[in-house]
Formats: sequence, C-alpha cells, structure tokens
Amino acid sequence: MSRIDTTFAKLKQQQRKALIPFITAGDPSRQLTVPLMHGLVKAGADVLELGVPFSDPMADGPTIQRASERALKNGMSLRGVLDMVAEFRKQDTTTPVVLMGYGNPIEAMGWEAFGQRCAEVGVDGALTVDFPPEESHEAFEHLQAHGIAPIFLLAPTTKDARIEQVAKLARGYVYYVSLKGVTGAGNLDLSAIEEKMPQLRKHIKLPIGVGFGIRDAATARAVAKLCDGVVVGSRIVQEVERSDEANVVTNVGKLVKELRQAIDNEKE
Amino acid sequence: MTYSYPDQQGHFGQFGGIYMAETLIPAVEELRQQYLRFRDDPEFKAEFEYELKHYVGRPSPIYHAKRLSEDLGGAQIYLKREDLNHTGAHKINNAIGQALLAKRMGKKRVIAETGAGMHGVATATVAARFGMECIVYMGAEDIQRQAPNVFRMKLLGATVVPVESGSRTLKDACNEAIRDWVANVESTFYIFGTAAGPHPYPMMVRDFQCVIGNEAKVQMPEMIGRQPDAVIACVGGGSNAIGLFHPYIEVPHVQIIGVEAGGHGIASGHHAAPLTGNAKVGVLHGNKVYLMQDVNGQIIETHSISAGLDYPGVGPEHCLLKDIGRAQYVAINDDEALAAFDALCRFEGIIPALESSHALAHAMKIAPTMGKDKVLLVNLSGRGDKDMNTVAKLKGITL
Repeated sequence: MSRIDTTFAKLKQQQRKALIPFITAGDPSRQLTVPLMHGLVKAGADVLELGVPFSDPMADGPTIQRASERALKNGMSLRGVLDMVAEFRKQDTTTPVVLMGYGNPIEAMGWEAFGQRCAEVGVDGALTVDFPPEESHEAFEHLQAHGIAPIFLLAPTTKDARIEQVAKLARGYVYYVSLKGVTGAGNLDLSAIEEKMPQLRKHIKLPIGVGFGIRDAATARAVAKLCDGVVVGSRIVQEVERSDEANVVTNVGKLVKELRQAIDNEKE
Repeated sequence: MTYSYPDQQGHFGQFGGIYMAETLIPAVEELRQQYLRFRDDPEFKAEFEYELKHYVGRPSPIYHAKRLSEDLGGAQIYLKREDLNHTGAHKINNAIGQALLAKRMGKKRVIAETGAGMHGVATATVAARFGMECIVYMGAEDIQRQAPNVFRMKLLGATVVPVESGSRTLKDACNEAIRDWVANVESTFYIFGTAAGPHPYPMMVRDFQCVIGNEAKVQMPEMIGRQPDAVIACVGGGSNAIGLFHPYIEVPHVQIIGVEAGGHGIASGHHAAPLTGNAKVGVLHGNKVYLMQDVNGQIIETHSISAGLDYPGVGPEHCLLKDIGRAQYVAINDDEALAAFDALCRFEGIIPALESSHALAHAMKIAPTMGKDKVLLVNLSGRGDKDMNTVAKLKGITL
C-alpha cells in the first residue's frame, strides 16, 4: 500500500479528514523548505503538496506567482525540489509528498528520469496542472512504472464523461478545484461544492480533496464536512511571504495548527 | 503529397494538442465543437466574407516593389498588402472570424492578449463593431513601447490591463488572459491572436488567416502569369505566416520561408527565434511546440526589436513544417530589420511594421543572389505607424 493510500485509510478509520497544505519549494529560501515541510507535519498536515516553481504559472493567482518568482530567483529547479524530498525523507518516511506544478520542467527532464528519481527520493504523487488525461499517456506510463500516483484536478466545469475518464487514471486522491478561477481567488461557493460532490462520488472511489479559495479555519471546517481532505495553498504561501525568515516555520506552523483544529472539530 | 493537419485532437505530428488546466478543458472543447459546426455553415461563411470585404477592405492588393527590386538588382519583390487592412494589419481577419463565432455562442465579453498591440486593436475594433465588452491584456513593457496602440484600444472602448509579471511582454499577457478566462469561462470568449495555443486555436486562426494566401494564389497569376518562386513572412506565433503559407503547402515549386526575430543575433542568445535557434520541444500556453527554455524547463526571456515577435514559442504547424522540411526558417536581426524598414520607406513610400520588416529584410538579403526573373512574395503583415516611438528612439530622436 502506498503512503497516500495508507494515510487516507488511517484517517478514514479515525473518522478524520486530511489536511493538505501547499508550499512552493525554495520559498522563501532553499534552506527553509525542508524545515517548513517538517513543521507542517508537526502542526498536523497529513499530506504535503510541494510546488515546483515555473516561470509561467498560468493557473495561479498573484500570491503563488510571487512565490514561484522568489523560488526561481533562489535558483530552484525540478531536480533541486527532488533533492529536497530526499532530504525530507531522512527524517520522515511516512508523510506522503505530492509534487505540484506545470508539465514543462518535467518534459525538459524527461518523464522516465522524473519517475525514476521520484521513486528514489520518496515522492508519492505528481500533479501537473496543464497536462490533462488526453495528453498524458506517456507521462503516466512512466509514473505508474515507478509507483508514483498521478493526481488529477477536477473542476466545477468538468462533465460526467470526463470525471469517469479521470476516475480510471487517477491514483492516490483526486483534487477538486472548488471554484472557477486561479489559486487564491476568494469566491468559494460551499453549496456548489455540496451539489457537485454526489456527481464526483458516483465515479471517483478515491478520496477527494478540495482546494482553491480556502482562506480561513471556518471555511476549512465547512469544506472538510463535504469531502475527504482540505487543500490550503495561497493562504499558507501568504504566511510564508509575510513572515521573517527567522519566524516563518513558527508562523506557518501556527496557522496550520489552527486549520487542523478547525477540521478536526468539523462535527461540532 | 497530401497534407492534412491537425488530427482530431489538434496534433500537428508531435506538436499542438490541448495542454490546459481542467477548468478550461470544457471551454476549449465547446469552442472546438462550435467552430466545427459553423466553419462550413454557409451563413457563417457569407457573413465572414461580407465583413472581410466591406469592413476590412479585402481583398488586399499585391504590389510590385519595383524601385526596391531594381536597386537590389535581383529577384522581383512583391508585397501582399495586409498593412492596408482596416486597423492596419492582418490581425483583423482572425479577430472578425472569432468575434462572429463568439456572437453565435452568445458570449458578450471578449478578452485578448497583445504584444505589439495590433491584435489588441483588432479585438477592440471588432468588440466595438459587435457591441461586446473587451478586455485586453498587455505586458507593461509593451505598453511603453507601443503607446499609440494603447490609446487606440482605449478610444475603441476597450479596457487595457497592464501585466507586470514575468518579463512583462507577450507571454505574460497570455498568462494573464488565460487566468481571466479560467475565472470567467462561462461569459467570456478568448479571442486568441495567433496560430498557437490549445486546439482548436491553431487550426481556427490559420483557417481565418488563410484568406491571405488564398487571395495571393489568385492574384499572382493575374499579375505575372504564375505563382511566385517563394513566399516569405515573419513568424512570431506565426499567424500571418501560416495564413500565407498554408494555401501554398501543396503547390509544388513554391518555396516557403518563415522569418524569425534574430534580435541581437542567434549566437548572442538574445533573440526570439525558437525554430532557427534550435530550441527544444516544450509545453506552454496550451500546446507542445519548439520553445525557448533553459535546461530546467523554465521559459527564458526573449528579445526582439518588435514587440509582436517577442515570444518564446511558435505555432505548432510551423514546428511541423520545419520538421517535414516543407518550410525553411531563418532569422533576421534587429539591425537588418531596421534597415529594411528604412528601405521600404524611402524606395516605395510604404512604412512597414517592424514585424513585417523582418520578412522584407530576408527577401532583400536573398533577392540579389537570384535572377531578375525570379519572384518573391513578401507578406507585409502590418503598417509601421505604431512603431514610430520605437524607431525614433533607436535613431536617437525625441518626438
């Protein structure tokens, strides 16, 4: 059983929902990424989404765009991100790590080399925002060959036939984008998520995480009630941006702890 | 030879495709279906042709640049005068086509990216013409170098949004337009300006621009009794080029030459010539193409004197035409383009766009090596009025 499957199975047994924070690797500095990852786990994260910075992050709002720019200025690259996961795994062998980004850095490295390196360093899943299932056959062969879960996005605009198609290819969990817009937008509509969920559940047997637009504990709690995991990205990246390097691990930890408590109290 | 691209999924060989975030996949699928539905609809075709004739002013003439040709002493240079179109460039052909489609799809809001501003002006124009709200994304760097076009768009009622991210040029304007589309996908039609992006854009933009080559194929025999020996056009994303080239792909003995922006020279690294510079294949803005990038797959900043060619990728069909050897791609440096710009002003009384000056410069380079009976057809894709500030600055003149 993969780390992702084990994690979700355990959460299900405990009747808890997953907290899945996102940070951009190399932001605010290369030295702080691994400490931040450990800090996130300590504060209650179940799965880590680690952003691979890209020069042209078309699906991201200003907050994650700036994080990408900072990371690239710090010399961050896909190979560098993979090295960081290797470093993280020296201390943490159980928390799943999912790389999230755009396809071109992987294309440049080669999917086969990427899959192999992911397996070596202990990456559990990969989400490429701009590679839909139609264009991903070769990519997923190489991921699957190394036991790396392809994580897919589904959107409010996704129709039944595509949900079914994604259900066949997806492993690990499926990431439902809760709004029409880029990351960090503020127009999340809870009732729309609630309405969409049965349609998703009809085809998707994997856990469903929901993200985009979750900016505070109350929203995290409300969303958690509707799905299996809550993904929080821009709000955390914003905390990274606001904090001094000396306090960043503490500040982000505090925020994630609040989110954790809110999610765990979902039944109240 | 039979040439039939793209396939149903929008692939031109290994190039093209649909590389988009999930939120937009249904939108491009809807666009594909609607385009295929209306493409052969007699009413749609009739309306498109009417607009091209009465609003754009087509057909655009072909002009024999006699004095320039004589001075060069070799092949005869003919110009396809897209600069005489309404709004001053070929961009309007495509903007009209997409606006007519938007109208049929019930979209009241259109967005566009623009580099030099010509596509932005064309989009603002058709939005005014058809009563649509119009938002144009433009790199902050380009807003500075193309100030007159920014003012034109505003006069036409468009909102011009400066894009401050990344290199603040065309590719960043594309990113921002895509972000807008994701957020407003139901109400909004994205009028994409070049023959690139996710399927069906490369095919659809090509089809709308093919009016250029289709007219030329009729006009050249009328003028000289035969087709030209070569057709030449500048290539940024490559929409004016594919519009001229595509109808000639299956015409034997017509050489096809695309001219990229060589900037300070290919060797300098400061250019915008992915095909000539042997860029690696990559994925950006919805399609797989030759793409200027570093070893880590990050897109690198490009340089060109002309904002309209300042783009790290190129349309997928040009990538294919290069690979199968049907078209040849070369680069022209900033200074060569500027010299051609000057020459056309002085010899023919025509002020060309800096983009088109690249195509002209290559024709001027090869004409002297050819016999006087040879004919080069250059796509004069736009007029140079928008470039007054840039050219004045390069000449050290304050306007």
